[in-house]
Amino acid sequence: MSDYHKPSDHKDIEAAVQWAIAGGKSLEIIGHGSKRLVGRPAQYDATLDLSGMAGITLYEPEELILSARAGTPLAEITALLASNGQELAFEPMDYGPLLGGAPGRGTIGGTLAANVSGPRRVRAGAARDHFLGVVAVSGRGETFKSGGRVVKNVTGFDLCKLLAGSWGTLGILAEVTLKVLPQAKSEATLAVFGLTDSEAAAAMAAAMATPLAIAGAAHLPDYMASRFDGLDEAEATTVFRIEGIAASLDESVASLKRAVRPFGASATLDQAASRRLWRSIRDAQPFWAGGPCGDRPLWRISAAPSKGCEIAAKITPAAMLFYDWAGGLIWVAPPVTQDCGAGEIRRAVAAAGGHATLVRAPQSVRASVDPFHPETGALAALTRRVKENFDPKGVLNPGRMWAGV
Amino acid sequence: MSVAMPAQDTSVLKRRREIVRALRTMVPAEGVIDTEREMRPYQSDGLTAYRQLPMVVVLPHTTDQVAAVLRYCHQNGIKVVPRGAGTSLSGGALPLGDGVLLGMARFNRIREIDFANRVAVVEPGVTNLAVTQAVEHAGFYYAPDPSSQIACTIGGNVAENSGGVHCLKYGMTTNNVLGCEIVLITGEIVRLGGKHLDAGGYDLLGIVVGSEGLLGVVTEVTVRILKKPEVARALLIGFPTSEEAARCVGSIIGAGIIPGGIEMMDRLAIHSAEAFVHAGYPLDVEAILIVELDGPRVEVDHLVERVGEIAKTCGASGLRVSTSEKERLLFWAGRKAAFPAVGRISPDYYCMDGTIPRAMLPRVLLRMQELSEIYRLRVANVFHAGDGNLHPLILYDANQPGELERAEAFGADILKLCVEVGGVLTGEHGVGVEKRDLMPVMFSQGDLDQQQRLKCAFDDKGLLNPGKVFPTLSRCAELGRMHVSGGRLPFADIPRF
Repeated sequence: MSDYHKPSDHKDIEAAVQWAIAGGKSLEIIGHGSKRLVGRPAQYDATLDLSGMAGITLYEPEELILSARAGTPLAEITALLASNGQELAFEPMDYGPLLGGAPGRGTIGGTLAANVSGPRRVRAGAARDHFLGVVAVSGRGETFKSGGRVVKNVTGFDLCKLLAGSWGTLGILAEVTLKVLPQAKSEATLAVFGLTDSEAAAAMAAAMATPLAIAGAAHLPDYMASRFDGLDEAEATTVFRIEGIAASLDESVASLKRAVRPFGASATLDQAASRRLWRSIRDAQPFWAGGPCGDRPLWRISAAPSKGCEIAAKITPAAMLFYDWAGGLIWVAPPVTQDCGAGEIRRAVAAAGGHATLVRAPQSVRASVDPFHPETGALAALTRRVKENFDPKGVLNPGRMWAGV
Repeated sequence: MSVAMPAQDTSVLKRRREIVRALRTMVPAEGVIDTEREMRPYQSDGLTAYRQLPMVVVLPHTTDQVAAVLRYCHQNGIKVVPRGAGTSLSGGALPLGDGVLLGMARFNRIREIDFANRVAVVEPGVTNLAVTQAVEHAGFYYAPDPSSQIACTIGGNVAENSGGVHCLKYGMTTNNVLGCEIVLITGEIVRLGGKHLDAGGYDLLGIVVGSEGLLGVVTEVTVRILKKPEVARALLIGFPTSEEAARCVGSIIGAGIIPGGIEMMDRLAIHSAEAFVHAGYPLDVEAILIVELDGPRVEVDHLVERVGEIAKTCGASGLRVSTSEKERLLFWAGRKAAFPAVGRISPDYYCMDGTIPRAMLPRVLLRMQELSEIYRLRVANVFHAGDGNLHPLILYDANQPGELERAEAFGADILKLCVEVGGVLTGEHGVGVEKRDLMPVMFSQGDLDQQQRLKCAFDDKGLLNPGKVFPTLSRCAELGRMHVSGGRLPFADIPRF
């Protein structure tokens, strides 16, 4: 039997899964493959390529919804939305260049399966918060649907949430429905200079405690700042993105300036520089595979915003890092070592709460170190039971997140 | 009203005394209630047409007590129904005659307020409003605001994924909860999420929220708190027809404006509310919209103008803009009192809760009027117009033979209509027992099986809140069986490379 399936509808997916079940085969589920290198390296018997299942099937701007087949390019969706003044408010980042691929690739299915968000996550929520409905195929080879095409819906268990971030291990997305939102009319960025990591954490907390529409808060330490597009600072730079209508933007920036004045001097970036900067932060550009830090392993740590700098302080000073999500998301590129910093990072995260994902590392390390945060005890057992109930034969991306899942 | 609940387990009922005695060793004596008189307050929730005394009521104080009770129930095959404040409108907390009713009201402490991370860690028995009250001195609030917020608890909000009038902009419970401690039916304690923003593994928190007490018992919740917007202003807009009002909502959103709330009321709801609270609603219109805009002052002032212009182009017959906080609250007073106001003009009313794509509103309202005539029952409509969530109130008199049954049948027809036009059975009240038997209108057996398999991963014996949400209870062993079609690819024409 061939080892490459390219379905054109959910019936084809069912057939491929049935084939795998019957033959005791495992399937690697991919869209464009832009995140293919994330997770444990596993040997799969066959590939299920969803990129042929493409196309936007429904878009109603006034209803704020869009449905698309899972293999639809993310870029196609964002372009259509932009032409109507709308967007995916969770601002999905692009993993491609971090992992050695081209920018601008990735499908909507992959975006949701990996629950990929960006800097606006602090204000607008994550991919999972915008995932309204799904048609998917389980590891039993059965199609099921969940959710719907309306925002407010509590009918039955919310399986969209479960599938978001399950990295193709529970079900194969066939078609998805998303909530879309109007783009902000304008944006500006306020930059505060010269803060230490802990001062920056306090400044970001102060800013987030204002009623202002802060759609991004990041801290770029001194050795990092100039590596981002739109900045050429040799100083540590803490940046805040404000969105709104043009009429109120100046006043909002002024209010924010007052709120962060106790922390240091600030300057405003114009809209063009702001857009470049936040795209660069979104995609962790200084750590791109082709760049000067491209050979380093890369970690993504999610923690309580106030704990970010506490965790960072426990990581070797040889590591390069920056903070997004008001301090709650830390991208860390430690030097290459045998475990790529896993011991140190996971201990620091265990003490502070949160989780750490090894996004990029040589295959041998990803085989010996859990790339996804290890679970223990009752939680690990529960995860395993959920997997078994959705995919009893271990057909879908088995072992990608954890061994045996 | 009657609804088929799971058959009572006579072997459990026979052991009732022994079970009560055992529970008293786990929870201090006054926390185990077994007399009929004292159990009576627990016999129903907000859906009062359904009543059932539980076998025993248990009111634990601590997570360890919850764990001990659940472990015991799991070992002994005893059903458990969790309950918060009992405000469910779908019968989610309806007791079982052979089950333990696990009341979480004593979990009423706010454990931590963490302004640096903008979260509050609370016990599930804390009321929704109490969370806001605990943080408002610093200008913060908890965004989801179901209209029962004075009474309903955070634990219940998590179980039901409660909404409120501000969901369009601020999301429902699921978008505002970051972490939970839950106890599984086995007594195992699991922490999901925390103060960080996204899940490290499977987003189990995302399925626990809205699981209606079928997956675990929530013993602690970490919620996001937000700073209050600088200013909020409301517009009260009257329309000669409901269609124009509905179209106006689409035009506002289509113009890129996401108001803090958009509510719509129809003629009967307007007149009832006005007679009750004298909010100054126009009485010569078929529909009103209340549009609230919140944010920075300059932006709000600008958007108020814009919405006013849009309303005029949509055929608004009258428009008032709140000029003070008092006036804004007055606009809302009528809407917030709509249910009791309708209660004053009818002996009983039945509150429905479907969601539809907004554009379908004119069609749905028209059909609802036809159904109203067919069933000979009046219906008043209040509507979270921004997110398409309908709350038709069917007026009836339970003392008139057959009226309750007619009201129920009318309600079921409305919900089927919601699904028919692309909507869903429930937007925020939950399935519970009320809409349980309508689930096949929206889901195939395969869809429901998949949901129940998730239930099996949490509760393999089906002891947590059985009889709710799912119309048929399947055994986990049956659901686990695989049906494989022999390994031949049924579709030979799939492109393969």
